[in-house]
Amino acid sequence: MDHFHQKHILDMSSLSKQEIDYIINTATTLKGISERPIKKVPTLRGKSIVHFFHEPSTRTRTSFEIAAKRMSADTFSISASTSSMIKGETLLDTVHTIQAMSPDIIVMRHSASGAPHFVSKHLNASVINAGDGMHAHPTQCLLDLMTAREALGKINGLKVSIIGDIFHSRVARSNIIGFTKMGAEVTVAAPCTMIPQGIDKMGARVSNSLKEAVINADIIMALRIQKERQSNFFFPSEREYAAFFGMTYERLKSMNKNAFIMHPGPINRGVELSSEIADCKESLIMKQVTNGVAIRMALLYLLMGGTRDAHSN
Amino acid sequence: MHILIENGTVNDPQQSLNEIRHIYIKNNSIVAVLTLEELSNAPFSRDSADIVYDARGQIICPGLVDMHVHFRDPGQEYKETIETGCKAAAQGGITDVCCMPNTKPVNDQPEITKYMIEKARSLGGTRVHPIAAISPGSNGKGLTEMGLLLEAGACGFTDDGQPVTDSQLMRRAMEYARSFDALIISHCEDLRLAEGVMNEGSVSTRMGLAGIPNAAESIMVSRDIALCELTGSRLHIAHVSTAQSVEAIKFAKEKGLPVTAETAPHYFTLTDSAVVEYDTHAKMNPPLRTEIDREAIRNALAQGIIDVIATDHAPHSDLEKMVPFDQAANGIIGLETSLTLGLKLVHDNLLTLTQLIEKMSVNPAKILKIPEKRIARGYPADLTIFDMAMKHTINKDLFQSKSRNTPFDGWTCQGKVLQTIINGRFCL
Repeated sequence: MDHFHQKHILDMSSLSKQEIDYIINTATTLKGISERPIKKVPTLRGKSIVHFFHEPSTRTRTSFEIAAKRMSADTFSISASTSSMIKGETLLDTVHTIQAMSPDIIVMRHSASGAPHFVSKHLNASVINAGDGMHAHPTQCLLDLMTAREALGKINGLKVSIIGDIFHSRVARSNIIGFTKMGAEVTVAAPCTMIPQGIDKMGARVSNSLKEAVINADIIMALRIQKERQSNFFFPSEREYAAFFGMTYERLKSMNKNAFIMHPGPINRGVELSSEIADCKESLIMKQVTNGVAIRMALLYLLMGGTRDAHSN
Repeated sequence: MHILIENGTVNDPQQSLNEIRHIYIKNNSIVAVLTLEELSNAPFSRDSADIVYDARGQIICPGLVDMHVHFRDPGQEYKETIETGCKAAAQGGITDVCCMPNTKPVNDQPEITKYMIEKARSLGGTRVHPIAAISPGSNGKGLTEMGLLLEAGACGFTDDGQPVTDSQLMRRAMEYARSFDALIISHCEDLRLAEGVMNEGSVSTRMGLAGIPNAAESIMVSRDIALCELTGSRLHIAHVSTAQSVEAIKFAKEKGLPVTAETAPHYFTLTDSAVVEYDTHAKMNPPLRTEIDREAIRNALAQGIIDVIATDHAPHSDLEKMVPFDQAANGIIGLETSLTLGLKLVHDNLLTLTQLIEKMSVNPAKILKIPEKRIARGYPADLTIFDMAMKHTINKDLFQSKSRNTPFDGWTCQGKVLQTIINGRFCL
């Protein structure tokens, strides 16, 4: 592959295996920029990137901001609380307004699944989905793939277990599609209430036992448990959840000595991960954050017509 | 006015008639239906007819009845009015419609019922038979004045999209309605279980959309069947979408309970895979289900478990549909595509043409107790004329409806409505 042809990054299903490899390779090349004393290249000078966040986000948004600035793009932010959407403007009108100001890329997060798909149909600019409802979070999946590949040297043949609220998780959905596409074997584990119908049809093995999921895994990915899900009867209490599905260092070592730990953040310490496991040497959590910037730099760069070779040393 | 409709194949299930006949219409009524051999008995000569319509190769059936439509009038006239709705109905071969009560205000008063009937009557096309609310404002808190509403012309009761959750109220509504032998129509939905935006299953999981399980419908179908047994009231189950509801209705019918049921063309035509790409024109309530359910609905139509095909014609503007899927309004329009989609069941050899006409005209008229439509001397001239085989492409821009929310735009289908005659008047 010598060129990247996607106009938008909406979900993992629309990326091919070759394209995923190409993105990760490009990110690996660009990662060095963040390690230099002057962390900036002029590559995207004159390009405008709108960060359109219709849902609260700290890490994803900051990661995109940093990625864009390291590539010298101009960035603009619109968030739900400051946009005219609180004045009752429809999403379509907001999008037409943004379009009229000719941005090159719109990075979008929205609470409604499919909102970036909807927006991409009415825009000339490229759209990067920074998380939509329970549907997809492709940049998170790409940075997870990059982190797994760095740690283990490959993805093909890896056993990945995702533990937690699969039902509400766009990260789980994107990772099931992304990791299985790259040849990994994905198991999801949670109480039955948190396993959505038909998740097996997306390629995941389903387990209701933490031990079964952990015992042979190369990577254990824990997901955030949101307390507010209690009100819709998904689980009885955080204590009960931690008792059956919380990962502790002791559990990790007794079940499986070699697995790495990942988490998309933010962590609920003491619920899905104990404090010592979040900070242990097997934890890749901070590497995920670092790679997040590299993956987003790569996507901005490739969507603007860049090729991997132009930036290799 | 003398009208002669000659050479058409007259299909009237009530008379087991499916042969070529010449129909003579004087003013509003049919005055003779004759074979070629009987032409010497014609009430007027071909030359003296004001209109001669050659229906050679075409089917003529009793006017179609759609017992589930939303005309948004009064209150949301930007989506549809009684005028545009009636025109859309006539375009689809439909001579009689039942308007659901979820207008603004809700049809819970005789004055609103009368307004709807009179408005349609003044237009001289498709007739409106309002279904009034079960509870004032459809708030689920009391009973409407059913007797007065029936006197005003209502022909049934439902809270439709705001289903009655209080089983005691539903029981009393059915008991009270039985005093008048009135029809209760139930939109079966357990509101808490149905907190989703599409069918629950592998498609909703993949798309990250909140799902609605089949049980959200069948639980209420079962409850209302139990109340039907308790009260003896006539119960009609609206827009059946699941295999489990079909089983429950079959059970009720085998028990001899006065239960009837309808489904809509989209439930026997589409599945939840139509939602892929977040197409809001595939969002409705109940949601499109799986292939298993679609099969069950088709078989239930063939076996007579489902008596009626009604459209649940639900007009919405771009304001409600050009939004993210989660936020889009439920419903699609259906009046101008229902016969065409119904004919697909005949082309698939699932139903005979006669059975289709029963489900789209004879059965709903009986359930609603509106005047019988017979293609026979002395009956009002309410006729639908269509071509079974004519290929055509559905084009939403040619619709009479004010709204365009259809998933069938661009579909090429076989069968087309050519003329709708209401009270002896050509409506197309």
